[in-house]
Amino acid sequence: MREPAVSTDDSFASTASGVGATTWTTGRIITKDFPAPHLVRLRMHVEDRQRHWPGQHYLIRLRAPDDYTAQRSYSVASDDSDPLVEFLVERLPGGEVSEFLADVAEVGDVLELRGPIGRWFRWDTYTPALCLVGGTGVVPAVSMTRAARHHGRADLLRVVAVARTPDDLPYAEELAQAGASIVHTRESSTARPPGALTAAELAPLLEGVELAYVCGSARFAGFAEDLLVESGLDPEAIRVERFGVTG
Amino acid sequence: MPVTRGFSRRRPDSAGRLPPGQYDTGAGWPVLTAEATPRIEREAWSIGVDGLVDRPTTWTWDEVQQLPTSSYSGDIHCVTTWTKLDTVFTGVSLDTLLAAAGPQAEAAFVMAHSSTGYTTNLPLADVTDGKAWVVWEFDGKPLTAEHGGPVRLLVPHLYFWKSAKWISRLELIAQDRPGFWESNGYHDRGDPWLEQRYQGDA
Repeated sequence: MREPAVSTDDSFASTASGVGATTWTTGRIITKDFPAPHLVRLRMHVEDRQRHWPGQHYLIRLRAPDDYTAQRSYSVASDDSDPLVEFLVERLPGGEVSEFLADVAEVGDVLELRGPIGRWFRWDTYTPALCLVGGTGVVPAVSMTRAARHHGRADLLRVVAVARTPDDLPYAEELAQAGASIVHTRESSTARPPGALTAAELAPLLEGVELAYVCGSARFAGFAEDLLVESGLDPEAIRVERFGVTG
Repeated sequence: MPVTRGFSRRRPDSAGRLPPGQYDTGAGWPVLTAEATPRIEREAWSIGVDGLVDRPTTWTWDEVQQLPTSSYSGDIHCVTTWTKLDTVFTGVSLDTLLAAAGPQAEAAFVMAHSSTGYTTNLPLADVTDGKAWVVWEFDGKPLTAEHGGPVRLLVPHLYFWKSAKWISRLELIAQDRPGFWESNGYHDRGDPWLEQRYQGDA
């Protein structure tokens, strides 16, 4: 595997998210809304916030009165220029943390946070890249899209977002406006008829692409990896973030 | 740190078997990899032990099957906070491979290499005396490709990124140097009971 390419004018490459260590801090929930019944979006003000790359994640930790803690990692949807850090959390039935964030947490509450984390699944905003994401795996692609727009480099990033139905794809409108390809496999709201993404559709989007970012369920990630390789991409150019059973 | 308003423990603590910050994933086994899953045929797989050893040695699939098998029964812990209780893995103890290769006196660390290019670094003391295996069976069945099959490293007392999938080479070295995730912000040792998740943790 190759190391991530880091260009010299990324002033925070060697500090915040580069080689530095992160520590626990706190953040306050500033806004909370539900883009879909099972999805909660939190926008938080983070104390002593460090800069982040699109694609990185944070840990959110909950603490009980007996000092019992539970923590999960969540990808960041916002880009570094946003004054708040945005998370999209899927409410999983029985999910210890996600149910709390959806059902109990309120605007004004303070949570423990640690981040940004992850120096592999991140986009440097310079390398021509493709994001192939599924369902709520769309979140890092949102951060990359916002960063690309902020830096005026939207031409370097292509996003293909896949979901079974329109309801299963948060941020679809924002991504579509930014030029993303939206693929629905079961029930479509676009001109494209529903059906699985094909190598023939993907191949033209890979022209000039040096890195591909795959994010989604284990099943989706396996499908996406195979399709990218079938479409001619070097397996070493694929970076994967899978989510399995969490909560 | 402050108590989170409205949050309380609601899961049993599995009789003290969960390291701090971990939860019991139950029957699930989440898959977490950074790269595309390689498909490696058993016949094409081999493992080498080299670097600071007297007898650099490579075993093919058939050759490794001739070695005395060894099993691990117990828990595994992933840095992403899941713990899986009561797993059973079968393979061969790293002690067997190392004894054949003969580590030299100055060998103090191991860099584990996967066929994908993934690497992870470990103190030699963490992979000797019955603490590490290369394994090809999980719960009595062949280890699947997504879980590192045909053969992966197993170092269950450390966070599971140390248990390199698709293991192909163990390189003995004198000076520690960071592997893949260790270069990308994760802890050099990764003891779950000390919660050594990221660089900067004690």
